[in-house]
Amino acid sequence: MEPEAAKLIGAGIAAIGMGAAAIGVGNLFGQFLSGALRNPSAAQGQFTNLIFGFAVTEALGIFSLLISLLLIFAV
Amino acid sequence: MKNDPIHQFQITDLLPLEVGGYNVSFTNSALFMVLTVLLSSAFLIMSTSGRGLIPTRLQSISEMTYEFVANMLRDSAGSEGMKFFPLVFSLFVFILIGNLFGMFPYFFTITSHIIVTAALALLVIGIVIVYGFWKHGLGFLKLFVPSGVPPVLAVIIVPIEVLSFISRPLSLSVRLFANMLAGHITLKVFAGFIVSLSALGIGGVIGSILPLAFTVALTALEFLVAFLQAYVFAILTCMYLNDAIHPSH
Repeated sequence: MEPEAAKLIGAGIAAIGMGAAAIGVGNLFGQFLSGALRNPSAAQGQFTNLIFGFAVTEALGIFSLLISLLLIFAV
Repeated sequence: MKNDPIHQFQITDLLPLEVGGYNVSFTNSALFMVLTVLLSSAFLIMSTSGRGLIPTRLQSISEMTYEFVANMLRDSAGSEGMKFFPLVFSLFVFILIGNLFGMFPYFFTITSHIIVTAALALLVIGIVIVYGFWKHGLGFLKLFVPSGVPPVLAVIIVPIEVLSFISRPLSLSVRLFANMLAGHITLKVFAGFIVSLSALGIGGVIGSILPLAFTVALTALEFLVAFLQAYVFAILTCMYLNDAIHPSH
């Protein structure tokens, strides 16, 4: 296999991780909404936890995006 | 390669300068950092210099920013954390204005370079470590041992906690940098679709309405991301400072 082709295939495989992170973030906000609709008065207090969970989950997707960008442009 | 989506992140020397073999030129990145600091300082100083009992519009914007950050810090680090308010407020405003500056066409996004975000993240983690050891001595190491963990489990838990602490500066800096980088590349790629489609003739011009609409929507999303990432950076700073102030959790 050409090294160039292997690089691009690797970048594509690395980007799969973003889909997994998308499942995580969707799950996070979905669960938050279903909880918030059951008890709207308690939802405001959990906003910080929501954003914290979002940041931590999203970071993993961003890492895989970074790997694929590095493979395309930097390696 | 003007159409290269990476081209916008290129650092150029505006005032070439070399001191002792090191390149300390005044670059476009430095220019926009100076502009960010000047704009935010000028705005905050000028809007609060009147100190009216009934605030003007600009004064209420700066008061709302103050209250926003103060509540965030008080909620997550308690009233003892308020001594770190100047740090958190400066970080929040610097990142927010820097991100928003990057949204203007032909402007440089300072936070899209990992060296800038890594410096900010290392500053935060450095303060957490130094303050934690200065305030609690070796008691700061209780941070790595969650309370109520049986000794058998602690063998597994402690390395995981140490690893998660070590990865904090990495994730803090990479999150901000990669979000801004990826967002700006996406914008540029979709804008490139418009150019290459409309070069195809009249059918291409009609077809390029779709990427144009996407670019407008993405720009709105990027403004949201610019604010959200500044908020996330500030709130994570508050949580890490909370660990330094109250290590046993």
